[in-house]
Amino acid sequence: MIDPTRSTAVHLLAQMSSGEVSAEEITRAYVDRAERLNPTLNVFLHRDVQKALDQAKAVDARRAAGDSLGPLAGIPVAIKDVLCTLGEPTTCGSRMLKSFRPPYDATVISKLRAADAVIVGKTNMDEFAMGSSTENSAYGPTRNPWDTTRIPGGSSGGSAVAVAADLAPISLGSDTGGSIRQPAALCGIVGLKPSYGRVSRYGLIAFASSLDQVGPFSHDLADTALLLGVIAGRDPMDSTSVDTPVPDYLGTLDTPPPSLRVGIVREYFGEGLDPEIEAAVREAVRVYEAAGATVREVSLPHSKYGGPAYYLVAPAECSSNLSRYDGTIFGHRAEDFSARTPEEESIPPLIRMMMASRAEGFGPEVKRRIMLGTFALSAGYADQYYNQALKVRRLIRNDFDNAFKDVDVLIGPTTPTAAFKLGEKTSDPLAMYLSDIYTITTNLAGIPGLSIPCGMTKSGLPIGLQLMAPAFAEETLLRTARVFEKATDWHSRRPGLS
Amino acid sequence: MSLSRDEVTQVALLARLRLEPEELETFTGQLNQIVEFVAQLQELDTHDIVPLAHGVEVRNVFREDLRGPSLPREAALANAPKRNSESFLVPAVLE
Amino acid sequence: MDYTIIIGLEVHVQLLTESKMFSACGTDFGLPPNTQTDPVSLGMPGTLPVMNRKAFDLALKTAVALGAEIAAFTKWDRKNYYYPDLPKNYQISQYDLPFSRGGSIPIPVRKDGGGSRVRLTRVHLEEDTGKLTHGTGGFSEVDLNRAGIPLLEIVTEPDIRTVADAKGCLEELRLTLRYLGVSDCEMQEGSLRCDANINLHIPHEGRTVATPIVEIKNLNSFRSVERALQYEAERQYEKWKRDGLTIHDAHKETRGWNDPEGVTKPQRQKETAADYRYFPEPDLVPVEVDEPWIARIRATIGELPTERRQRFESDFGLSAYDANVLVEQGEEVADYFDAVVKATGEAKLASNWIQQDVLRIAKETKVSLAEFPVGAEGLADLINRVKRKELNTNQGREVLAKMIETGEPVDAVIAAGGYGMVSDQGEIVAAIEAAIAANPKAMDDLKGGKKKPEAVKGFLRGQVMKQTGGKADPALVSELLDAKLAELIG
Repeated sequence: MIDPTRSTAVHLLAQMSSGEVSAEEITRAYVDRAERLNPTLNVFLHRDVQKALDQAKAVDARRAAGDSLGPLAGIPVAIKDVLCTLGEPTTCGSRMLKSFRPPYDATVISKLRAADAVIVGKTNMDEFAMGSSTENSAYGPTRNPWDTTRIPGGSSGGSAVAVAADLAPISLGSDTGGSIRQPAALCGIVGLKPSYGRVSRYGLIAFASSLDQVGPFSHDLADTALLLGVIAGRDPMDSTSVDTPVPDYLGTLDTPPPSLRVGIVREYFGEGLDPEIEAAVREAVRVYEAAGATVREVSLPHSKYGGPAYYLVAPAECSSNLSRYDGTIFGHRAEDFSARTPEEESIPPLIRMMMASRAEGFGPEVKRRIMLGTFALSAGYADQYYNQALKVRRLIRNDFDNAFKDVDVLIGPTTPTAAFKLGEKTSDPLAMYLSDIYTITTNLAGIPGLSIPCGMTKSGLPIGLQLMAPAFAEETLLRTARVFEKATDWHSRRPGLS
Repeated sequence: MSLSRDEVTQVALLARLRLEPEELETFTGQLNQIVEFVAQLQELDTHDIVPLAHGVEVRNVFREDLRGPSLPREAALANAPKRNSESFLVPAVLE
Repeated sequence: MDYTIIIGLEVHVQLLTESKMFSACGTDFGLPPNTQTDPVSLGMPGTLPVMNRKAFDLALKTAVALGAEIAAFTKWDRKNYYYPDLPKNYQISQYDLPFSRGGSIPIPVRKDGGGSRVRLTRVHLEEDTGKLTHGTGGFSEVDLNRAGIPLLEIVTEPDIRTVADAKGCLEELRLTLRYLGVSDCEMQEGSLRCDANINLHIPHEGRTVATPIVEIKNLNSFRSVERALQYEAERQYEKWKRDGLTIHDAHKETRGWNDPEGVTKPQRQKETAADYRYFPEPDLVPVEVDEPWIARIRATIGELPTERRQRFESDFGLSAYDANVLVEQGEEVADYFDAVVKATGEAKLASNWIQQDVLRIAKETKVSLAEFPVGAEGLADLINRVKRKELNTNQGREVLAKMIETGEPVDAVIAAGGYGMVSDQGEIVAAIEAAIAANPKAMDDLKGGKKKPEAVKGFLRGQVMKQTGGKADPALVSELLDAKLAELIG
């Protein structure tokens, strides 16, 4: 038997249906590998091995009985711990939710279960999905499998490493400003942030509601297409999920797109971009040209305002979304909330309880963003900050609308640099924010963004190519990316973990 | 603009965050840095621009008025940090 | 006391929906704590709201009925504040673009006033909070059964000038909402809640000074609205006489009505100035309302109380007072009245019977009109017989009492009780003659002028009725008795 952990979901499905391998064997192999590597990588916050094996066995039994099976039958899937799983720990990487067990499943989880997927664990993340390195987890950082002294990116670092290190063939992350694409790039895998409204957010613990979106990680685009097909679609529990048909992403993946007009975003090649990354992206452009694409340079003139707009809109929404964590209905409550200063004496115990619980339950980055968002919405400042950011958001969206009049997809680097060292940027929030500089505008505009492997640095770190398409044009995005994937073998590189 | 420590203290109270003195110090510096960064937006003339507050601009999404089951009380209270047999408990709220 | 009271109301009304505003769990009152929740109404991490169409339609219906202008575009906003009865620590509400603006509430005419209209500032839709009760051991208990029930906020302009008008306005609003079927408006159960803003305009040294505005909360009955406003007006006047503080010297104050003590008391001031940090709710999408939608809603609105009073006055000739009594008790009573009038053609008679008998008995026996044993048809049948002089009024009352007691129709009660009016002139004249013969003293009194003629006649009429077993037509008895006495005395 070949090691199933060096495969992809699509291949594993084929092997299972031909009887080469059982679901139990697959799950067992991934679980064993996780057992071995998780202590080093710190991918999983919670695993229920027995439950996973039972799910796999049930799939085998049903297959043996000739029952019809779901599209992910027997495939292990790792889940970012931002998605609610009924009765199982869902911490969001926070001390605040250390003992929280949701009374319900997120819609994407229900869809995975209905597809007969095997949920192998909940993965580490930056606390409440705020961060770009997975160092903001209350449960310690996740490490990059290509170099364990480096960060894997974030906030979905755990789910990215789960796939990159083959602890699961596919996984789910969430992306508010690049939290799927950036770690995918830094870990050398494929990561897709779908269009806003493509995938239900019900059960996705909110960071910034108008930007958050759930999406897949995988080794190649076939698995991306497979997993997207399972999780996409209108959900009556999410008012912002859109009733647009879900195409057969996997079925059409290998058909080259009818039109291959590629735009290179001028503003993404300026100051701060690592030359090695620029070179890899320029090389990718040549690959497209060789494949017959029309390539032209396009401008997104308001790109430089993406960061400032994002760091107002996202914290503003986060300050409100996270106000529910106050030690009342769920989450951490401080044991000691007595007044420590004369000023605190004047604050009633109830409020002191809330303040102390939040002080203990949240880490510094979450506090910083709550503070920033509270400030941006507060009386006297809302117009200048929050409302101005919403208007700039419109300008950014208009930039994309204009660009897509002439091209089918936009390409550029996913990140300005490859994976940085653990601790390198933890004391400089602004520097950390800049690692999302190329990814946040797609969230502001609501369009889909995809990162695929497109090279390696000299020091052996992966580089990601970002592709963007108009809202709900995931099919075009995937088919266009597939042209590159077929012409190169970057996606088949695996880190040399023992 | 620049946020004073007193203003940051006020924001922390509004956000229900108890800050340690050293946190207050750090946050005041960092927030000022970030506020300076986001203040770049003031450069843009946006007076004719319609704000974009949503991820997708759809309208009129409703559910029908159909009653579903309630959670069993135990499930509703299961995550409560403090509770009795029927309610969530919080430090007394005095009117 | 020479001042004008300025009052505006802020009314919250729970809408009558099966499920909550944003999720499917129920909306019943009085259930054990925390047995009517779901992940959404608990504000659980990851949950999202989805708007209840019925709640929106009921809100539209209310606003249209109150003559408000319906916004073509409306959206939802988050109102952020920390309170344990608000599980998300933000309330989904409407800020700058409510679904309706304007409109008015008429204040019905009373003997001592009324007759004006109170303009509405706006009506908007929001979610209700849970309930907090003081527990033991330094804890308060949070019950989230109510959290997320659709709530309509109706804000009036400060147009009200008397305490009685404030009560009248609130009563008319309740009546209208009940007619519309959008809310049961039970103040005791909290499905109708009212806060009042009040201050005084006092003429002073040739100009008008305004006292600081006070918002009164905790008004749990119509009676407390009345008492609290009365108390507060007097308190503000006395306070002004003492300290002379005006609206320019003090912020708006929130006071709670303490019903047992009959006073308003200052409520604890918020620790931080209210800064609700409103912003558009990203989890809910805006709503666009077009004319066909409004027309569909308008078609579901029946006759409103004001229109009905007018019709009872103009079409049926009822006094304003009678029309109001029949309308203000709810649609059931007015419908009952309408049905009786339709079957008898006798509006005045129907009004009297319903007010003096049906409503009195229903009240005494504590039943609603729907449960009242005599339906509109039965009462109409009875009235028709009185009208045809088959029964006199007193007999009618007895028959009605028997109908209520036995549940039998008019015919059966009459047959069993031997009712029937004597309208035979000969029989009545004979009875009159017998009565005169049997009471010579009465005739002496009459002739001698010892007693007033009306008193003597009344006595003799009573004797005649007695002799006929109460069955004689009273009008005919009067007429024939007058004739007989005129004949005897000249």
